[in-house]
Amino acid sequence: MSRFRAQLVAELQVVRRNGEQLLLTLGIPVMLLAFFSLVEVLPTGTDDPVDFLAPGVLALAVMSTSMVSLGIGTGFERTYHVLKRLGATPLGRPRLIAAKIAAVAVVELVQFAVLIPVAYALGWSPASTNWPLAVAAVLAGTTAFAGIGLTMAGRLRGEINLAALNGLYLVLLLLGGMVIPFAKLPGAVRAVAHALPSGALADVLRETLGGNGSQPGTSWLVLGTWAVATPLVAARLFRWD
Amino acid sequence: MAAVEVDGLTVRYGDLVAVNDASFSAAAGQITAVLGPNGAGKTSTIEVCEGYRRSAAGTVRVLGLDPTTNQREIAQRMGVMLQAGGVYPGARVADTVRHYCALYGKGADAQALVQQVGLADRARSTWRRLSGGEQQRLSLALALAAKPQVAFLDEPTSGVDVNGRDTIRGIVRALAAEGCAVILATHELDEAERLADRVVIFDQGQIIADGTLTELRRGHDEIRFRSSPALDLHALATAIGMIASQVGPDEYVIDAPPHPRLMATLASWLADHGHPLTDLRAGSQRLEDVFRRLTAAKQDPTKHDGAA
Repeated sequence: MSRFRAQLVAELQVVRRNGEQLLLTLGIPVMLLAFFSLVEVLPTGTDDPVDFLAPGVLALAVMSTSMVSLGIGTGFERTYHVLKRLGATPLGRPRLIAAKIAAVAVVELVQFAVLIPVAYALGWSPASTNWPLAVAAVLAGTTAFAGIGLTMAGRLRGEINLAALNGLYLVLLLLGGMVIPFAKLPGAVRAVAHALPSGALADVLRETLGGNGSQPGTSWLVLGTWAVATPLVAARLFRWD
Repeated sequence: MAAVEVDGLTVRYGDLVAVNDASFSAAAGQITAVLGPNGAGKTSTIEVCEGYRRSAAGTVRVLGLDPTTNQREIAQRMGVMLQAGGVYPGARVADTVRHYCALYGKGADAQALVQQVGLADRARSTWRRLSGGEQQRLSLALALAAKPQVAFLDEPTSGVDVNGRDTIRGIVRALAAEGCAVILATHELDEAERLADRVVIFDQGQIIADGTLTELRRGHDEIRFRSSPALDLHALATAIGMIASQVGPDEYVIDAPPHPRLMATLASWLADHGHPLTDLRAGSQRLEDVFRRLTAAKQDPTKHDGAA
């Protein structure tokens, strides 16, 4: 077995054994999608709430895996000296990071394999879809969120990192246009929300998977900026031990 | 050529000098114990050798390579056992050993390693469910997965029960017998005494002794005994012609070679005065006593006797 594959298997075993991560990455997105599609309490502004919610929940799934799950896992690996121990093997940092990214990609594939059929089953009928651009947006979002998650994991103690990432998850979920439309947010908050990676990713996905983005050009720019900036910050600030 | 060569090593954390101009070497096929109290500088030194940390001054060579620039190459031939942790808490024993065998790619048999460290019946347990001693044995298995030419073992028997210690000692001795240079960092002097071929003692960032146990003990024979708590040491000294010092509530030491006549006189005096002889040891100083003597000499140079 190659070193990369061995590390990827280990990463996926960790994800599989962490029930709370499974709840975060799959349980919460599926519940939000199903509940708010069937119970019309959100001011989505669309005839069928699922048309608004499906792209937003896909964005939420990306954020859950690449920021929260990756960040919390990596933070505890630092605390438990797992990264330090791996640093003394011939694995090397590039292969370790590649294995982590591959593990995130595998989890996201599983998320989409569950969420997209659920959305269609709930009546999602996007007017137009551009899947290649949607995949590009997911990649950019994954990079941006992974940068945030790794920056926090590389600086904060395990328990503090856990609390901080969960808090940030909640803020980005509520202000990120994922389940609550930007138009329903107060003016000043709306401007901030559009500048957040969660808001940009949700808006871009809404544009590529339905043509309902509110300001797709700006959102692509915002998402691209986050995707470039956060990995650079993580590379600069990350501490392995 | 020594497997590990440290020459004039200095490690700083800001203004704090953790290691100051340390030099020693460790040979292949030998167990070198790096001793010292917590904060003495031994872990910082080992971490520079492992490639985790950069030095402020001096040179370090591991298997002839510089750890700061050749860490990947050294990692292929180096086994590491951290003092604590290093494994995903939810990871199973067998999976973890298999993972590390694959990372090193040396063809080590994961199942055999689990068996070797005595964890065969715990193979499906997760790290968090292992006792402290079992975690240490798993860490040792991960170091062995490298089939190492040099092994850095940090407190390998810390928290391990008696049987587990025997298992670990046997594995460490076998590793050295196969030609591996074993560097054992510990503050357990008794452990070093049992295992080490060579001892390097750190205190306050400096090496205060470096040599074999025989070299460090040379010229420091003693007779150590236990008796009544308040012996008349003046009368005893008159009887045996030597000064006895009280080192514990009922423990005494005479700094002298264990001559049979002296020991017979001591035993007779105790019997004549109605004192018990509850324990009697004679011969070379224990490593613990060597360590105390050397650290005391460092604090008070007038006591220094050139043992280092």
